[in-house]
Amino acid sequence: MKKKHTIDFSSTWDLAPAPESTSHFKLKEQYDLFINGQFLAPKSGKYFDTINPANEKVLAKVAEANEEDVDLAVKAARKAYTNVWSKLSGKERGKYIYRIARIIQERAREFAVVETLNGGKAIRESRDIDIPLAAAHFFYYAGWADKLDYAFPNRKPKALGVAGQIIPWNFPLLMAAWKIAPALAAGNTVVIKSSETTPLTLYLLAEVIQEAGLPAGVVNIVSGAGVTGSHIVNHPDVNKIAFTGSTAVGKIIMKAIAGTPKKSTMELGGKAANIIFEDAALDQAVEGIVNGIYFNQGHVCCAGSRLYVQESVFDVVVQKLKDRMQSLRVGDPLDKNTDIGAINSKKQLETINKYLKIGVEEGAEIYQPTCDLPEKGYWCRPTLFTKVSQSNRISQEEIFGPVLAIQTFRTVDEVIEKANNTPYGLSAGVWTDKGSKIFNMTSQMRAGVVWANTFNKFDPASPFGGYKESGFGREGGLHGLEPYLKFD
Amino acid sequence: MKQIDFLNTPRIDQVGIEDRIARITSRSIKKESKMQGLYMALNMIDLTTLEGADTEEKVKQLCFKAHHLHDEIPGLPSTAAVCVYPNFVKTAVNELKGTNVKVAAVATAFPSGQSSAEIKLLDTKIAVDNGAHEVDMVISRGKFHSGEYNFVFDEIAMIKEACGKNVRLKVILETGELGTLDRVRLASDIAMHAGADFIKTSTGKIKPAATLPVTLVMLEAIRDYYYSTGIMIGMKPAGGISTSKLALQYLMMVKETLGGKWLTNEYFRFGASSLANDVLLQIAKQKSGIYQSNDYFSKA
Repeated sequence: MKKKHTIDFSSTWDLAPAPESTSHFKLKEQYDLFINGQFLAPKSGKYFDTINPANEKVLAKVAEANEEDVDLAVKAARKAYTNVWSKLSGKERGKYIYRIARIIQERAREFAVVETLNGGKAIRESRDIDIPLAAAHFFYYAGWADKLDYAFPNRKPKALGVAGQIIPWNFPLLMAAWKIAPALAAGNTVVIKSSETTPLTLYLLAEVIQEAGLPAGVVNIVSGAGVTGSHIVNHPDVNKIAFTGSTAVGKIIMKAIAGTPKKSTMELGGKAANIIFEDAALDQAVEGIVNGIYFNQGHVCCAGSRLYVQESVFDVVVQKLKDRMQSLRVGDPLDKNTDIGAINSKKQLETINKYLKIGVEEGAEIYQPTCDLPEKGYWCRPTLFTKVSQSNRISQEEIFGPVLAIQTFRTVDEVIEKANNTPYGLSAGVWTDKGSKIFNMTSQMRAGVVWANTFNKFDPASPFGGYKESGFGREGGLHGLEPYLKFD
Repeated sequence: MKQIDFLNTPRIDQVGIEDRIARITSRSIKKESKMQGLYMALNMIDLTTLEGADTEEKVKQLCFKAHHLHDEIPGLPSTAAVCVYPNFVKTAVNELKGTNVKVAAVATAFPSGQSSAEIKLLDTKIAVDNGAHEVDMVISRGKFHSGEYNFVFDEIAMIKEACGKNVRLKVILETGELGTLDRVRLASDIAMHAGADFIKTSTGKIKPAATLPVTLVMLEAIRDYYYSTGIMIGMKPAGGISTSKLALQYLMMVKETLGGKWLTNEYFRFGASSLANDVLLQIAKQKSGIYQSNDYFSKA
């Protein structure tokens, strides 16, 4: 038997802690709802604690909006739409959106640190991806505001009115930007709800909106759990629902708005297939797989959570993956050298651990690199499973954590069938050095986004959205304007 | 043994390489890890002089500097080696007697490699006979470009044989003349399989010399070779690395690609002439908290 040679990643040269400074801003003790241009105490009278998942400490108290609060927000949005926003020219709307983008850039450091404190994601990501990309979305859609007539030639685009938006906890500010920017550019006003675990950056955004001088009521921000969301969904004066979150909740929303004139877009779960052919640039493919599944602790709806490796290179790909995983640093999200931060919430950690257990019980082989985890907070080591079957739950269900399920394949037809054999269809990845193979694969993948020789790349100009149970409607690009417009 | 088919050497994706580099260079190396890295870097330098104007005296000065980098700061390591033309090997060996600084000689019609096999062999033999511990050879890039990979392979094997068991062979690919990362990978594989102990990016005479992407491709080639054979090949980026910051980024790349075992001058070297002084400047700054003038550090 051939001896296996493995790389020893232990080293006496280690990185000293490099924590990002938090002294340049101060969080408030309490955050109120942002309605009609003002911070208002909730009619519910209730506040909930929002914590730092990396150490379980309370960061601030946040207002919980009830039906009455949501009603106030929708009324403010309606009034702003009728009296102010719908009367402004596209050019004027654009100016406001540009202003929001610029102020986000100015306060980027603060946004990045708060996003990391509240969500647990590594500062490297919030600093280099979340915040710059959020600003980029506002810049991009600001440019469309006065060009709608050219965007849809010979069709007269008109705003819908009040858009109700519900966003998830994995990319709070970025998801808000994806939703608010096109809505405003198209001429709508907004009531948006943050997730119950990560409400803080949205209230920073509220400050930005105030600073930008946006007319009162054009953007209203509320926080709370699913119940608050249901008040938005069920409010009779909301014209459109834009939701990003789980497929289960998406189904509930669709049932609730069936029979109403509300328009909707849904960006839901995913179980993306990443496919490595034997002729791929393997080391770069491995890097892409790692970015595809361990980015943001795997809390990414388009995460490449299923890996299909051509049989001839299976051993070497798995070995390279394991070696790469050893150099991933798990720990303090504020440390600039951290690759994998904290799991967003206790509940999510329980879900992930449940699936780890299921994977082992199903007979799959688990691998996790050895690394110390902090005592407090919610943590999960990057994980991969081999000896996985297509029928295993870990390869069928969305885990939303740093867990990769690996299978092999022999032929192109086989892998296409396996990759498409899922209720989801948000994204996919193909790794090969051969151009013709890329075109063949991308045209047959039933997924909204297919990356070739890269993964998890986002740009405001590029539409994003799903097939099948991953949702419908597109966000980003010209396509992202359409769900916020009607045509005569 | 399985036949090695160099036409099936792994492909390289340049965009992916650049993504990986971006991750590595964003590592924050501060405080004690910076200091430790700087000492390590000093100890990995092949202090080099390869000019037409080189003299015995210049080589002697360089040799002294190699083990007296900056005596004002006690406890500094010496450099790994000095790197000179074959005709200065004897001088360097004499000067460095009793130290642990090695003598490396460039050979095989450095830097162009445009000569006959006889001359290259003789060039190598002179260096070895005069006591060089290491030989830095250049590959025949012209032959490589015309697809004569066997020629390139055989030439390396021939020089390796001339080096014998005790002299380590560094094979310079001159990546600035190879064109693409795919070809860098191919040349790396050929060199390792033909008997290189080290693979080295450049002569320093051609721009671009060492770059982070090229070095990463070569480190990954070394890793694959280790996976299949268990043999550790060394890496030497040379030319264009003149700042401490860049040197630390190279070390981080080695650490995250090959692990701690490669982080010694047995397996990693910097071919550089001006890097040492910048590292010294940084070490002095870490100790005193202020930057000193360049004039406090000897140029040669």
